[in-house]
Amino acid sequence: MWLVVLRRLGLGIITLWVVSLLVFAGTEILPGDVAEAILGQSATPEAVQAIRDQLHLDRPAVVRYADWLTNLLHGDLGISLSANMEISEMISGRFKNTLVLASLTAALAVPLALAMGLAASMFPGGRVDRLVTISTLFLLSVPEFFIAATLVLVFAVHLQWLPAITYMTEYESVWQLMKSLALPILTLTTSVVAHMARMTRAAIINVMTSPYIEMAILKGVPRGRIVLRHALFNAVGPVVNVIALNLAYLVSGVVIVETVFAYPGLAKLMVDAVSRRDMPLVQACAMIFCTAYILFILIADVLAILANPRLRQPK
Amino acid sequence: MSEASNDATQEISLNSAGARPLFQLSLMGKVGAGILLFWVIVALVGPYVAPFHPADFVSDDSYGPVSAKYLLGTDYIGRDILSRLLHGARLTMALSFMATVLAFVVGISLGFTAALAGGWVDMVISRIYDAFLSMPTIMLGLVVIAALGSSIPVLIITAGLIYSCGLYRIARALAIEIKVMDFVEAARARGERLPWIISREILPNAVIPLVSEFGLRLVFSILFISGLSFLGLGVQPPTADWGVMVRENLGGLVYGSSAAFVPAAAIASLTIGINLIVDDFSAQRGQEIAEEMI
Repeated sequence: MWLVVLRRLGLGIITLWVVSLLVFAGTEILPGDVAEAILGQSATPEAVQAIRDQLHLDRPAVVRYADWLTNLLHGDLGISLSANMEISEMISGRFKNTLVLASLTAALAVPLALAMGLAASMFPGGRVDRLVTISTLFLLSVPEFFIAATLVLVFAVHLQWLPAITYMTEYESVWQLMKSLALPILTLTTSVVAHMARMTRAAIINVMTSPYIEMAILKGVPRGRIVLRHALFNAVGPVVNVIALNLAYLVSGVVIVETVFAYPGLAKLMVDAVSRRDMPLVQACAMIFCTAYILFILIADVLAILANPRLRQPK
Repeated sequence: MSEASNDATQEISLNSAGARPLFQLSLMGKVGAGILLFWVIVALVGPYVAPFHPADFVSDDSYGPVSAKYLLGTDYIGRDILSRLLHGARLTMALSFMATVLAFVVGISLGFTAALAGGWVDMVISRIYDAFLSMPTIMLGLVVIAALGSSIPVLIITAGLIYSCGLYRIARALAIEIKVMDFVEAARARGERLPWIISREILPNAVIPLVSEFGLRLVFSILFISGLSFLGLGVQPPTADWGVMVRENLGGLVYGSSAAFVPAAAIASLTIGINLIVDDFSAQRGQEIAEEMI
């Protein structure tokens, strides 16, 4: 079993390496002359030369990639072009903010999605099930900024319960911080829960079709007991897998949500870096987000292996 | 992969039996079709019926209220929202439509090629797609736009290539399943060439599973492109595009202006409409809606 897990970890590291290649190739090799691309048409030859020097563009791409990767592995993320600062310095606070947002969202979304998935799978095709499937279909169809705009109009403008913009620095109590974080968290939760609840439902219903459940139904066990005592334990593997996979979706949700609420997180920093074409900063942020994404998928796979003996045999 | 191939065999048997009509929408599906039809008509005739030019400053009010003259109010610099919405419909829908068509052409032709050629061709194409799938799509989009800058061709090609990944996998699985069928063997034995086999023998048998994929990828493309426009990295202002309109008017949201809400709701209704049709379609085919939105 550990061999399989180990092999999966190895695959994760290879994936990460491939992503580093893609990120580097995407931002450095693709556009021909990076320096001119960064500065645009108004570039003076001196300015272009300065950027060429700073990015060591006189050296071959392979050498630059090797240097970049080595520095990355040593925790040196390089220097931002637009702010002229150490990227690791710029990122640390932002990273913490995004982590706060993501983990609070997860803490809210996971139990909610589990409850919705369980309630829906209790009677497939029933009233609750149809309510859950239709409402989640609506939610996963709409863009995050629509959810955000609706929540702002309802909670910040009409009810005036919550502030519409998040300030992470000026707050007096935990309660106030919570209030200012409430709308971004609600938005993210809404979009993540939709996927998670649907997939939880599918995972449990999948188990519900097995013969031993049919047996339980036939001998007259109540539905709630069947789902909670009989089906749930065998669905734990797939459900945990679903949850970890869906937490990976947070990576894309966070990009939009941080922009809507002007939240001082890593994703907002990255979006700004993209519009300023600050390549080293874009690379660093992209690597952090992709690592988180790959990590979640890796965790999902490892949990699936641990939960399902059939996946433990090396192929 | 095995699921997709099961579907493929199922579709084929359904087709040859000819027992079921191709399309029969439920109530929800009809609602979805109605919404989609509405927006398609708006995209076609919208620019001709718009009361104002989308870039004209028609009012001195920023975030002007809804009135008889400005049916949906005015935006942050006093442009008519209804006119911008009507003009934006065409761009927003055309961009995503073109991206989806591109995704289909690239994904399906590569998928069929890989399945039929097999060997190293299959391996190389599959590994390249695996590499792209290991990144969240929005990250891929951000990196490409950081490198190339944002322009309409870049947006269409990026979204098209990203969403060709899923189609490639489906098309490849379908083709692998279908290519061992007798009628394909027969065509090969007759000495037909690869393009002929793909277009005349395989494609007609893969059409039905691919139809609901088209709707799904269209929704992904709409969300992706309008998301980038919302971030300020897609369609550039002052062009009237729904994602751009949301971004421009976001500041008015806290004052209770619906200027940002209206285009966001337009996108939401469009994507919900398409997904209702897709969901209906795949429910009838015994498939679950693909849960891989990233």
